[in-house]
Amino acid sequence: MPTIQLDAAAVRVPLPGRGEREILAPTTLTLTQRRIGIIGANGSGKSTLARMLNGLVRPTSGRVVVEGHDVVRDGAAVRRLVGFCFTDPAAQLVMPTCVEDIELSLRRRVEDGTTRRQRALDVLAANGLAEHAHDSVHSLSGGQRQLLALAGVLALEPTVVVADEPTTLLDRANTRRVADTLFGLDQQLVLVTHDLDLAARCDRVVVVDSARVVADGPPSEAIAHYTSLVDGLSTA
Amino acid sequence: MSDLMAGLHQPGDTILHRLPVGTKVLGLAVLSLAIVLVRDVRAAPVFLAVTLLLAAVARVPLRSVWRAARGVLLIAVVASLFQWWWYGGEKAVETFLDLLSLGLAALSLTATTEVTEMVDALARWARPLRVLGVDPDRVALTVALTIGALPGTIALARETRDAARARGLDRNPRAYLSPFVIRVVARAHESGDALHARGIGDD
Repeated sequence: MPTIQLDAAAVRVPLPGRGEREILAPTTLTLTQRRIGIIGANGSGKSTLARMLNGLVRPTSGRVVVEGHDVVRDGAAVRRLVGFCFTDPAAQLVMPTCVEDIELSLRRRVEDGTTRRQRALDVLAANGLAEHAHDSVHSLSGGQRQLLALAGVLALEPTVVVADEPTTLLDRANTRRVADTLFGLDQQLVLVTHDLDLAARCDRVVVVDSARVVADGPPSEAIAHYTSLVDGLSTA
Repeated sequence: MSDLMAGLHQPGDTILHRLPVGTKVLGLAVLSLAIVLVRDVRAAPVFLAVTLLLAAVARVPLRSVWRAARGVLLIAVVASLFQWWWYGGEKAVETFLDLLSLGLAALSLTATTEVTEMVDALARWARPLRVLGVDPDRVALTVALTIGALPGTIALARETRDAARARGLDRNPRAYLSPFVIRVVARAHESGDALHARGIGDD
């Protein structure tokens, strides 16, 4: 599995006239497991941590290195290695039809239009969306849209897939479909989720709370820690 | 949501679908120039018939033709009223029919041309601009994203309007416009992040 190294990586944002706000405290992690879950409350910093992994958010101090590539200095190389799937696929799907959206991902890699079209159709077929190739992206169900967004990421053959709450907007059946697809990937998966059942399927779970990693380990231990945090809040 | 895509590509295998993009764009340019430059009320119904024929050849569904015509209709009516006021009835009829013809001619192009085909063609045509430092792919992508963003933006407008209505604020423009603008800007940021994450714009 690829190696993702966070070395005291932190994110702070300036607040006008009030110093700085820490979005993520200095965090040191080495991520080598195949399935890594990141859990935590809303606003805890888990999405910031995930976004740093492909350079969408730059660490303001420390550094993040993926397979030897620094996300700040070598961002393009990192983005070729790390695919990113967003919570709301509507923001990610920018072309009118499914096949055209996959083709957009392939534009820089495959110059010839006919080859590119065929590759895009193959990607759709591999992700169970062949019959929707020429459908409008807006006519798909939520689950299909998320699978299409994921297919657009997988078309670039990344070695790591980071998914930021990809099932939050989905019903139970679609959650299962998207989750099964994610957990069936050959790539390393970093999954940000509120769904503890999904976190339990990971090899390692990192718990983020108030901008800090507060637990990190096997799913059972990390989830128990997170649950105790939530229980503590609800009884406080 | 599918009605939002009216006017966009309709898959098919008609002669217009098979024509190269360049030929279609050139044809549209020539036809549009003819419609605009020929100042004769007798020519206006002929142009309208030609554009309707093109839409029929392209097998554009009648629903899409009606939606495209409806979109232009309001502008055509207002423009024609001014023409009638300034120049008389004959000019008003000509303007009305010409505007409808232009809308239908454009519809025949978009209905028979995928955005990807248009993007590829634009990138090819913009290549000479490289000497001026222009990135042809970026120009083409910008056009594609603009077209692609339309249905999503209309969907946001509808959602925001419904939210205002649900709060009983449908007659308050601020309750509609402020959240709409904020959501459009937020969506633009999200789409920018998504494109960035896909490595588009890195090279």
